[in-house]
Amino acid sequence: MAFDIQKIRADFPILSRKVNGYPLVYLDNAATSQKPQAVIDSIVYYYSNYNANIHRGVHSLSQEATDAYEMARKTIQEHFGIKNAHETIFTSGTTHGINIVASGFTNLLKKGDEIIVSAMEHHSNIVPWQMLCERSGTILKVIPMNENGTLQFSAYEKLLSEKTKLVFVNHVSNALGTINPIEEIIAKAHEKGAAVLIDGAQACSHLKPDLQKLDADFYVTSAHKMYGPTGIGLLFMKEKWGNILPPYQGGGEMIKEVTFEKTTYACLPHKFEAGTPNIAGGIAFGAAIDYLNTINFNEIETYETELLAYATQSLLEIDGLKIYGTGPSKTSVISFNLEGIHPYDIGTIVDKLGIAVRTGHHCAQPIMEYYKIPGTVRASFSFYNTKEEVDLLVKAVKKAQLMLG
Amino acid sequence: MTIKAIQDELIDEFSMFDDWMQRYEYMIDLGKSLPIIDENLKTDDLIIKGCQSKVWLNATLENEKVIFTADSDAIITKGIIAILIRAFSNQKPADILSANTDFIDTIGLKEHLSPTRANGLVSMIKQLKIYAIAYQTQLKK
Repeated sequence: MAFDIQKIRADFPILSRKVNGYPLVYLDNAATSQKPQAVIDSIVYYYSNYNANIHRGVHSLSQEATDAYEMARKTIQEHFGIKNAHETIFTSGTTHGINIVASGFTNLLKKGDEIIVSAMEHHSNIVPWQMLCERSGTILKVIPMNENGTLQFSAYEKLLSEKTKLVFVNHVSNALGTINPIEEIIAKAHEKGAAVLIDGAQACSHLKPDLQKLDADFYVTSAHKMYGPTGIGLLFMKEKWGNILPPYQGGGEMIKEVTFEKTTYACLPHKFEAGTPNIAGGIAFGAAIDYLNTINFNEIETYETELLAYATQSLLEIDGLKIYGTGPSKTSVISFNLEGIHPYDIGTIVDKLGIAVRTGHHCAQPIMEYYKIPGTVRASFSFYNTKEEVDLLVKAVKKAQLMLG
Repeated sequence: MTIKAIQDELIDEFSMFDDWMQRYEYMIDLGKSLPIIDENLKTDDLIIKGCQSKVWLNATLENEKVIFTADSDAIITKGIIAILIRAFSNQKPADILSANTDFIDTIGLKEHLSPTRANGLVSMIKQLKIYAIAYQTQLKK
């Protein structure tokens, strides 16, 4: 399908609304993306036509719902190039996925073992591991960052040793947009026998990772950043780890047999899917992927790269504007500040003009600490954004500068 | 001047403006006239942490009236603080306690006092009242 921006915009009903009297310019896609009609319809259709609890139900509705949910799992598996359907685990989102893994490693690590994180992680890929360190006596090491918002790869190589058991980095930084060299990071960790978790929350709306080729031990992401609903995500876990890690939560669905003396656990993926899942969410996650594949990821990448270049160039024409995250490999995210002006003030003024950006530390306080700033304004673009919207952003930022300066 | 009279005066001043931009410009100007807290007092003890902007607030008692000084690192937040301080500073503790902040809605700046706004202002109002309670207790003794 040719990339027809007007047709694509028409797929997203929210894009036609007004905010504060102005047409909405939605540039907070890194926080959550908007949903196409196909995704919204899949949720409405599920609840209107075949809502039932899945697995083990003998009645027809339950069977239909189970089929649709498992079909979505298959869609997700294929999209991410995952070898087996049972390595495709539904979670409530990226944070949940990370916690399943961090919790699972508690008894696999011993005092003095080391785990490595990067300096540009979201808090959700820092805190669960700090909690793991508290439980297991493991030491947390940090890969430092360069001024342009890229990781210091040589420092990473030096941190790796026989003591390293786990490495966890994001595929793409949420605050800076930097695409990290995860292939090399994974390969180097594996040389030392360490497992790797990749936080793909910010990547999967822009890139299509092939998880078999990538060879990460764990890959986590959230549906809501890739045009699906909130409350559902993917935890890819290599079969080997699925058998080693203990369950995260106990409950229904995750058992093989329960007696008061001893319970045995279900096989993958159900071992990690205790309780009634987000059925509509899972089905809609599949619908989001189907939708994305009608556009084609190469076209998305090309369009977004062009939009990023245009937005970067346009914003840099504003006096006193500084962009954080200027590495060579980026997704369409621009974090910036205006000299002498608090990002909160800029966000407030541009919102009054109908433009949604995010301001603050973006749940990545160590990055803000690195740059010695209270936060940034972050404009994050999707394939449904346009150059005209970039122009409106630039105009609004200039207006804010005039009012606040 | 009573708190109510000051609030009415503020409502009157803001009613001159036709659109949000003029209101904001005026608010930002008011922020510049804020009785700024002494730099030495901008410590962690007097900070009110919002998620995004920081607010510092200090209070002293002079002639049985509470005098507030404050500051913020964000200029819009500072503007709102200036409005609140104009209404509540140099007032008796009991009057501060019985007053409300409904006038902020009337002048069209309601969104800034939303509990989810993360700018520290809701906590600041709470802190204003806590100072008033403390001084009221002190005066009764």
